[in-house]
Amino acid sequence: MANTRVAQRGLGTDGMLIALALGIGVFYWLFVAARAVDPLMSFHAYVFIIGFTAGLFGLVMYATTPPAEETGYQTAVVKAGVFASTFWGIAGFLVGVIIALQLAFPNLLYFDALGWTNFGRLRPLHTSAVIFAFGGNVLIATSFYVVQRTSRARLAGGLAPWFVFWGYNLFIVVAATGYLAGVTQSKEYAEPEWYADLWLTIVWVVYLLVFLGTIWKRKEPHIYVANWFYLSFIVTIAMLHIVNNLALPVSLTGSKSYSLFAGVQDALTQWWYGHNAVGFFLTTGFLAIMYYFIPKRAERPVYSYRLSIVHFWSLIFIYIWAGPHHLHYTALPEWAQTLGMTFSIMLWMPSWGGMINGLMTLSGAWDKLRTDPVLRMLVVSVAFYGMSTFEGPVMSVRAVNSLSHYTDWTIGHVHSGALGWVGYISFGALYCLVPWLWKRKDLYSRALVEWHFWISTLGILLYITSMWVSGIMQGLMWRAYNDFGFLEFSFVETVEAMHPYYIIRALGGSLFLIGSFIMAYNLWRTARGDLRAGEKRPVMAPQPALAE
Amino acid sequence: MAEKEIDEPTGTETTGHAWDGIKELNNPLPRWWLIVFWVTVVWSIGYWVLMPAWPGLPGIGGYTKGVRDHSERANVTEAVAALDAQRADDTRRLLAAPDMQAIENDPDLQAFALAAGESLFGDNCATCHGAGGQGFKGYPNLNDDSWLWGGQLEEIRQTLRYGIRSGHENAHLSIMQAFGSDGLLPRETVDDLVHYVRGLSGQEHDGTAAERAAPVFQAQCAQCHGSDGKGDQSQGAPNLTDPIWLYGGDAMTIRETLWNGRGGVMPAWEERLSEEEILALAVYVHSLGGGE
Repeated sequence: MANTRVAQRGLGTDGMLIALALGIGVFYWLFVAARAVDPLMSFHAYVFIIGFTAGLFGLVMYATTPPAEETGYQTAVVKAGVFASTFWGIAGFLVGVIIALQLAFPNLLYFDALGWTNFGRLRPLHTSAVIFAFGGNVLIATSFYVVQRTSRARLAGGLAPWFVFWGYNLFIVVAATGYLAGVTQSKEYAEPEWYADLWLTIVWVVYLLVFLGTIWKRKEPHIYVANWFYLSFIVTIAMLHIVNNLALPVSLTGSKSYSLFAGVQDALTQWWYGHNAVGFFLTTGFLAIMYYFIPKRAERPVYSYRLSIVHFWSLIFIYIWAGPHHLHYTALPEWAQTLGMTFSIMLWMPSWGGMINGLMTLSGAWDKLRTDPVLRMLVVSVAFYGMSTFEGPVMSVRAVNSLSHYTDWTIGHVHSGALGWVGYISFGALYCLVPWLWKRKDLYSRALVEWHFWISTLGILLYITSMWVSGIMQGLMWRAYNDFGFLEFSFVETVEAMHPYYIIRALGGSLFLIGSFIMAYNLWRTARGDLRAGEKRPVMAPQPALAE
Repeated sequence: MAEKEIDEPTGTETTGHAWDGIKELNNPLPRWWLIVFWVTVVWSIGYWVLMPAWPGLPGIGGYTKGVRDHSERANVTEAVAALDAQRADDTRRLLAAPDMQAIENDPDLQAFALAAGESLFGDNCATCHGAGGQGFKGYPNLNDDSWLWGGQLEEIRQTLRYGIRSGHENAHLSIMQAFGSDGLLPRETVDDLVHYVRGLSGQEHDGTAAERAAPVFQAQCAQCHGSDGKGDQSQGAPNLTDPIWLYGGDAMTIRETLWNGRGGVMPAWEERLSEEEILALAVYVHSLGGGE
């Protein structure tokens, strides 16, 4: 039997379903592009068409290549996630530095004719780029890696993980271009309009199914703690995203929609979402990373199994109530404010449970902090986590909030969590992942990790301290009265007083950005397989392959 | 599988499971952690007892008011009322003062009015007139004694109340015509007028051109700016003979003013500020340096 045809891989059910979805999507968006009632909708229709067509093209490429053995762990999608995380991280930090400079020097990049360079457009681009583009890609990539290894099972769903990866990043592109073009539903951290939200919902449900499917076919009798945290992140984010974005589009071919909620109900829904985005995206998601990468890197057992269970359940039960503390002294009824505040106070120890488990896992291995800058980054991240999860409950107390609310103190608080905790735990995970994924002996350079660590730590400290000083000063100036009970300072005087701190903050942010460039270079050289000569390196345990 | 083993460095038992090489120790919950957690729970329950905290069941409505029956809303209302009461006497005397002299003769009253005025100025007026009232192009400097619509207390008060070209029926109205773009004067005449106007304030200019424009000025401009160019406060027409310029005294800007006209707007503050606030602001602006 002479078969001259080159064997082709073809598409399984997974590939067929994705192709069908993308095909329908292309037709739908062509229809929208033709009938769009506003130019923004038409622009985004083309973005979707390009994205979906590229996806179909990718499927054809995949189907026509010779079949390869698909056993062992699925690592290619994790590698793609490492690229995306690094790329979006740098993009997000860069926009952060630009808007920090715009606050210090308001005329910077201000052009009458260019709306998209304005602070108002760039600010949501920064927050979403760092939280959802950088953080989201880190979470998807690490969760795909961790769930496979701790379940001893290949990712479920065949091509579905790729759909999740590309679909999520397409959402990011739609969101980011939307911010610049001025598409927004004016909900903080949930600015994208209804059609982008629907697309993300589809992607997210597939993500959940891939994750659950992998856990379902695990070869371990128990589910590892990191996977509980990932699962709580995926499930809760789905719920928050859907409820907060419930809206009625003005037209099915138009970009504008109106929220189903109004007034104080809208505000409360938004902050229920907003605070739990912090809770379930930036906290439980990254705690999952901590629970895998710290014990792995330190080569030590997790400190307490019991603590991990108790703090997990108390954390997720209490966190979901804390949102109203964003609405102290507003039209929100006082009883709701009280609940938000008291649950924030009760949240302190459940949050610290993760810090204790992270730090105490180091017992018996503290000496490694001296020699391993990656482990140091992971551990310092946990320290920042502990600091900001203490600061948070303090700021939620109504009396403290009356000083801190609407000031830069909030910005400082957010960034001690964002730069210190989320940033460092992600950098640590990326530094671990790249040698593991590309099967390299070690990172290209540990000395460069040291540089990254010290430069960005200095940056974080400058950032947080300048915002503490400027925020508290701002709050005190706002409430200063003269003898007759009139305001001592006009608003513009408080703005003027913050100028030097804004410059320090921009400097701190720049250092953090420089650090991320160093990391990108180091990761790239590591992936290429280079080892910097003349560095002392401890022996690292290789990651085991999937045994059938 | 689930064989318990002892972790050597710490001497603690593990749970016996391992995931990708990661084990877990069987440590108990840290006691201090548990204690602090319960303390925060007890504290919260105590807080719920004292303060408004839980909504009523569906169908019943309302909320638990707490032992203290605390209301932030009531507190604010009370604090504002207390402040108003504290200021009532000063406010009454300020509104009753017949003129600026009377306010100046009463140092306490003057201090009160200036404090109120300064605070109001910072958040309402400084955006256009500058934090120190120094003004910007198109927004008059309030520190000098050159007034468009009069610098006496009552005049300033009037301007504040109704604004300038604000749309309010009592607003100051008058307009600098667009002599060029509306075709009222030919291009060459406008160019000549620039020299005439510069001559009025003793700036460098072309004497012959100014001479040509002199009759035009008398025919077209003197009505508002006066035959000597010294302006007219009743019409808000600026004095053209001094070195103070609202938009600029260079040839380019004067030509632009003549060609396109001018008509800056100041809002009617009556709609946003109370009578005593407007009076306090007038006293403050009067005190900035140029009050008449």
